[in-house]
Amino acid sequence: MMELVSYLGYLLATCLFIFGLKRLGSPNTARQGNIISACGMLIGVLSTFIQTGFEGFQLILIGMVVGAVIGVLAAKLIAMTAMPEMVALLNGFGGGSSLLVAFGAYLVAPQIGAVTAAITVVSVIIGGLTLTGSIVAWAKLAGTISTRPFSFFGQQVLNALILLGLIAAIVIFSMDAVSHITLLYAVIGVALVLGVLSVMAIGGGDMPVVIALLNSYSGIAAAAAGSVIGNVLLIVAGLLVGASGLILTSIMCKAMNRSLANVLFGGFGSVSSSSQSDKDQGEVNPITADDAYFVLEAARSVVIVPGYGMAVAQAQHSVRELGDILEEHGVNVRYAIHPVAGRMPGHMNVLLAESNVPYEQLFEMDDINPIIDNVDVCLVIGANDVVNPDALEDEASPIYGMPIIEVSRSQTVFVMKRSMNPGFAGIQNPLFFKDNTRMLFGDAKESLQALIGEFKE
Amino acid sequence: MDLMVAIYTLFIVILVIFLGFELISKVPSTLHTPLMSGSNAISGITLLGAIVLVGISETQVSQWVAFAAVVMATINVVGGYLVTDRMLDMFKSKDKSK
Repeated sequence: MMELVSYLGYLLATCLFIFGLKRLGSPNTARQGNIISACGMLIGVLSTFIQTGFEGFQLILIGMVVGAVIGVLAAKLIAMTAMPEMVALLNGFGGGSSLLVAFGAYLVAPQIGAVTAAITVVSVIIGGLTLTGSIVAWAKLAGTISTRPFSFFGQQVLNALILLGLIAAIVIFSMDAVSHITLLYAVIGVALVLGVLSVMAIGGGDMPVVIALLNSYSGIAAAAAGSVIGNVLLIVAGLLVGASGLILTSIMCKAMNRSLANVLFGGFGSVSSSSQSDKDQGEVNPITADDAYFVLEAARSVVIVPGYGMAVAQAQHSVRELGDILEEHGVNVRYAIHPVAGRMPGHMNVLLAESNVPYEQLFEMDDINPIIDNVDVCLVIGANDVVNPDALEDEASPIYGMPIIEVSRSQTVFVMKRSMNPGFAGIQNPLFFKDNTRMLFGDAKESLQALIGEFKE
Repeated sequence: MDLMVAIYTLFIVILVIFLGFELISKVPSTLHTPLMSGSNAISGITLLGAIVLVGISETQVSQWVAFAAVVMATINVVGGYLVTDRMLDMFKSKDKSK
């Protein structure tokens, strides 16, 4: 009887997750969707307690209180600009938990069939990979360690060997699980190391892909753990996350015109820095805030293109302020957001939402490019690679083929940039040398404030 | 796990993967971050597994493993949902914002 109640609860939770994800797909219903999904989780937890007859309730309660306190503090205290690393870190915890569940299930009952044994190993591998991979991603995003791709001689070979070793471990373990506990320990260790190595090899600009992929992994790990302990809700919910993460990953890859394999094993930054010679591109044209003001004041339509630099300078509020002032002056203000601008999918959207930019003003790349010829001024704030014309023109460029926001087709381009240093990928940007480009050097926030000051005078 | 159960599970697996693809592929890029952190919170579903594990643990070691799993999964769930809610709270339409 209790079993039945608990399974009906799982069924209800599944429906709530699906409705919740569906509602997350539209700005008007997204918040509600998230709450629906949270209710699904609550019902799932309660149903599980009913199923186990509150076995070990005290210990679980302590664990949940500890986890909840940490979770609440982390969620409340984190700054919006630090959101990518926060999401990465939370993701890692999910992966770690799945690892422990699969491992713990084996400790409790080591007499398992071949299929379960194989899935146990898979769950431990993906969980471990997600845990350490997410922690490295967190450290890279938070700037604790360098965002440059780290690779060493023979890394590909090592990765291939590790992969073969893990496959062998799955086979051996599934043939005889009981006597191979040492092997399982070894697999855990290797998976943890593999997570570190694989994310270390990926550059900062590719982080949106990695975050989306790790998100997918954590779902798959949960599904595998669910299959090990025979819990259907874990399988369903985990796979929902796994599938959605994969879709997001492929969207990110498409936005960069690169295959997933290329992102994971390409070692992007390390190759490009040598191949790209500093050919003479001509002169850059600097401009002062004073002169920029006159151009902006005369403009009828302005498109603002934000990039990671806006996040670094925490300039999103100043951007909105300038946008509002321009609107008051009768300027049509739009924000053009490249799918991989920033360090996670939708990063720029979150920051602009934080500064209260209405989402109707946010446009996707494909909507802006067809009308960009009629735009008077494009204001590029801390974006680099996503507006680099080399992606369209220079076949030798490492980013050739990546769709970009074609700002150089507008009348005038203002680029706010700290200095002439190339972006993270080490690629020079010919946009800066075009005749209709003006460089506004300095901290993005200060430049914006200077412009706002001009308008207020 | 016997063979029939494995086959039934496979049915669920295939259907859910297709469902997941369908649900997500039409989401506008504006919502990619909240979507990601929201689905990330769902991946904390492994909490249920951890709860079951505490209940069936007999040795000290497995109990501590299960306990750690509960803590980590709860951080994922609670943190994930709250962060998503905080982000979505900021997404406002023009007429609602002022």
